Amino acid sequence: MLDAADLSARLHEIIGAHLGLEGPLLPILHAIQAEWGHIPDPAIPVLANALNLGRAEVHGVVSFYHDFRTTPAGPTVVKLCAAEACQAQGGRDLIAATLRAFGLSTYGTTPDGKVTVEPVYCLGLCACGPAALVNDRLLGRATPATLREAAR
Amino acid sequence: MRIYVPRDAAARALGADAVAEAILAEAARTGLPVDLVRNGSRGMVWLEPLVEIETRSGRTAFGPLTPEDVPALLFEDITTHPKALGPVEDIPWFARQTRLTFARVGLIDPLSMPDYERHGGLSGLRRALAMTPDERLDEVKTSGLRGRGGAGFPTGVKWGTVALAQAPRKYIVCNADEGDSGTFADRMLMEGDPLTLIEGMAIAGLTVGATRGYVYIRSEYPDAIHQMTEAIRVATSHGLLGPSLLGQGPAFDLEVRVGAGAYVCGEETSLLNSLEGKRGTVRAKPPLPALHGLFGQPTVVNNVISLATVPWIFANGAGAYKDFGLGRSRGTIPLQIAGNVRHGGLFETAFGMSLGEIVEDIAGGTATGRPVKAVQVGGPLGAYFPPSKFATPFGYEEFDGQGGLIGHAGIVVFDDSVDMLQQARFAMEFCAVESCGKCTPCRIGAVRGVETVDRIAAGDPSALPLLVDLCDTMRDGSLCALGGFTPYPVMSALTHFPDDFARQREAAE
Repeated sequence: MLDAADLSARLHEIIGAHLGLEGPLLPILHAIQAEWGHIPDPAIPVLANALNLGRAEVHGVVSFYHDFRTTPAGPTVVKLCAAEACQAQGGRDLIAATLRAFGLSTYGTTPDGKVTVEPVYCLGLCACGPAALVNDRLLGRATPATLREAAR
Repeated sequence: MRIYVPRDAAARALGADAVAEAILAEAARTGLPVDLVRNGSRGMVWLEPLVEIETRSGRTAFGPLTPEDVPALLFEDITTHPKALGPVEDIPWFARQTRLTFARVGLIDPLSMPDYERHGGLSGLRRALAMTPDERLDEVKTSGLRGRGGAGFPTGVKWGTVALAQAPRKYIVCNADEGDSGTFADRMLMEGDPLTLIEGMAIAGLTVGATRGYVYIRSEYPDAIHQMTEAIRVATSHGLLGPSLLGQGPAFDLEVRVGAGAYVCGEETSLLNSLEGKRGTVRAKPPLPALHGLFGQPTVVNNVISLATVPWIFANGAGAYKDFGLGRSRGTIPLQIAGNVRHGGLFETAFGMSLGEIVEDIAGGTATGRPVKAVQVGGPLGAYFPPSKFATPFGYEEFDGQGGLIGHAGIVVFDDSVDMLQQARFAMEFCAVESCGKCTPCRIGAVRGVETVDRIAAGDPSALPLLVDLCDTMRDGSLCALGGFTPYPVMSALTHFPDDFARQREAAE
């Protein structure tokens, strides 16, 4: 669990570093997620207060964007392109095979908490699909085997 | 020995980093002096990683390379290397193109200002600086440049509106939220020649009187974010950006902002909301962003390719640009050939090539070798074209006339194994996932759309007219193109591939 005092000190540091920006909320949320892997609940009222926003407004922004998590993902995140160009290159089958390989019936995190499998709508690798992103590693013409290797 | 290994995301996804490491390791092991340049991609994705070696007679290419190919590349007669391709400029796929916007992509070191200038960079901005404000606007208007994000709005008209607006502050916003499946031109440009985009935005700022700009890049493009951020640093340190453009003009500063995984933020008004730190919901128009944009100030919102084409127009003249093209579609368009194709990648050409020539000749048909069944043009909101419409020339009005749109010029090819009912269902599903929720036809319509397609799949014939009716409502009643254009893929699938919708019915009966 996050220590409340640590969170508070670091959070104020992050907010302070971005206050000079126009419209700083998204850059701050990205920085918070980079720090803790998700947007911790206690951060919401602090952000609201610092930016003179309502808590509901901050919550609304966090919940609007697919990127922002309210709980941490597994240490390995596998993003599989679910969009048309990859569908045309066997993307649907790859998604089904990958979910099966990790013992998942749908997108989400494995019961041991180690791997999170998510859809992504386009990585811009549409001429070498199906495409995937395993943590920060891009894969073109991905197969169950190359995905397994990258997720190891 | 100078060696070019692309740092482009597609090249990296196909193993370019391992090839680069192998080259450096071999060089270190043998003491061979190697100058490794991480360039952009030349656009022939099926040949990536495509490595070029500079020889006395010019650059010669090799690909697709693996680390195992490296020793022979460095120490043996390269003319007989099994993966030798010759000079890139002589590869027919490349030689057939008209590369204006992408002229430097893959050719130069993307982050080297001297390399950029050696290849014609900054000459557009220098000419713009010597012009009067009216001359600058006329140049853009005369070129016939239209919005390459997909809407096709005349760039010069938009700039003219912002130029005339009176406000304490104006903005240039570059829409780099390239979310359409099948498109990657913005990504390649930002990774391979980011200084061109910066120069184009500087010319835009100079023309309309804006001193600040933002590049809003989607989070799915970490490499583009990295390259743009570095390029802004390079441009600032060389005085291209900062208190005075090249030391001669007004101030202009740029900042990269990163999206957060919302497709709808590619729509200009939701992008502006997102930049302001809000939910990326769509704003009603009017007021136009040109008059009431970012933080309520007059704002130019243009796509990456529109802005990155501006330096070429100023360097070579609006007339030279206008001479390319067809009808009201002037200049060139970077086609992105994707999906199930033999030869995929970025192909810049003048407007006017037929869809059939692109798919059968340039793309070389399907990678699987099976017949082409459908081609989706213009991303997830674009229509599916059957081969019977392959004569359609690539142009804004020409595609509109065939019930489609060119969008951001992504072309996704499907072979005959595709089930068009599933594609129609996906279009609705995608709209439901990505809807900003502001307007009812999109928010509710997309959910009902998925259910209605499922009813058709289950053999309920009464659902067919319902789907048509729902598409009418979404098209006419949605606030933006997400809900408004989702009917394009759905209705084109239904119209051109009725068997896929009927077969389901028969199976159920």
